[in-house]
Amino acid sequence: MPTSKPPESTVSGWTLIFLAWLIAGVSTLGALFLGEIMGYTPCVLCWYQRIAMFPLVLILAAGLFPFDPRVLRYALPLALAGWALAMFHWGVASGLIPESATPCSQGVPCSVEQIVWFGFLTLPMLSVLAFSGIIALLLLTHYKACK
Amino acid sequence: MKKTLFIASGILLLLAFVAGALYFNSQRADQAEQLAEQNSAGMVRDYSPQLGPTAAKVRIVEFLDPACGTCKRFYPFVKELLNAHPEQLHLTLRYAPFHENSDQVVALLYAAEKQGLHWETLEAVLAAQDDWVTNHVVQPERVWQHIAGIGLDLVQIKADMNSPEIAARINQDMADVQSLGVSKTPEFFVNGKPLPSFGYEPLKELVDAALASEYP
Repeated sequence: MPTSKPPESTVSGWTLIFLAWLIAGVSTLGALFLGEIMGYTPCVLCWYQRIAMFPLVLILAAGLFPFDPRVLRYALPLALAGWALAMFHWGVASGLIPESATPCSQGVPCSVEQIVWFGFLTLPMLSVLAFSGIIALLLLTHYKACK
Repeated sequence: MKKTLFIASGILLLLAFVAGALYFNSQRADQAEQLAEQNSAGMVRDYSPQLGPTAAKVRIVEFLDPACGTCKRFYPFVKELLNAHPEQLHLTLRYAPFHENSDQVVALLYAAEKQGLHWETLEAVLAAQDDWVTNHVVQPERVWQHIAGIGLDLVQIKADMNSPEIAARINQDMADVQSLGVSKTPEFFVNGKPLPSFGYEPLKELVDAALASEYP
């Protein structure tokens, strides 16, 4: 479309960030459910990923009301940090990175898969997916706003 | 419209969380009860320290880790319960040394039991817990100074601590911990029933319910 209509693009940008917020919300509550209700002790890497994920629920919500097309500026650093940690954790858990290179020497080892759903879906993988989804939605919003 | 969608989604997510939590907890409580029923033989062992009259009909079994801070805070509360119903309540103590090196303190307590000073030693050890547990790791050598005034034969204690009999007791305790599904301390069973949820109040309610049914 040659002429962009501002209200329409605002709506879709809002929807994208709303979806990102939903991902963050589901991930946060899911992590809390596993930790607090089911009693799984989070390993060190899980804690660092929580540190990146939990604030996104509030930060993305702040970008929704009123809708801020520049939400990427303050949400992306957290999402990228979380994504990098999740990738590292995934590497450790799947054996690509040797366990000696991890910061988890005491408590719960990060290399142990506590949960495997449907035969392949592990928690580090879910974390990678969630952070990837949030990053993708943030980038989409950004490019929409730049057009 | 957007606000409504946002708030509705937030509420929906929270409701799903709460419903999931309630469902999971009730499932787990049922499982714990079944597990306790199936493995009731492992609830009490003949070497387990006991308090209260043997004829008492309400029998509490506590799994305790001497290095566990919550166990220390629960201890006076349990004593209070026993004192409130001296004829009706009976306590059996089991050990679940989950903390690193905690099994050495349990060995010491079992050795003290051989000299008839188990409860005195346990109370002294719990009172000084902050001094010999640092960052959840037990420093067994720091325990000794706190049990000096009880009247224990410390040479005998040191010999008994390393005896195979006491090692077997601790192994048995840990095996029963496994079979009964005890994953946190303190864990309580009242007449074979596990605590439905953790806390002073649930314990008191469970004891009161057992008292009401055994002593109508």
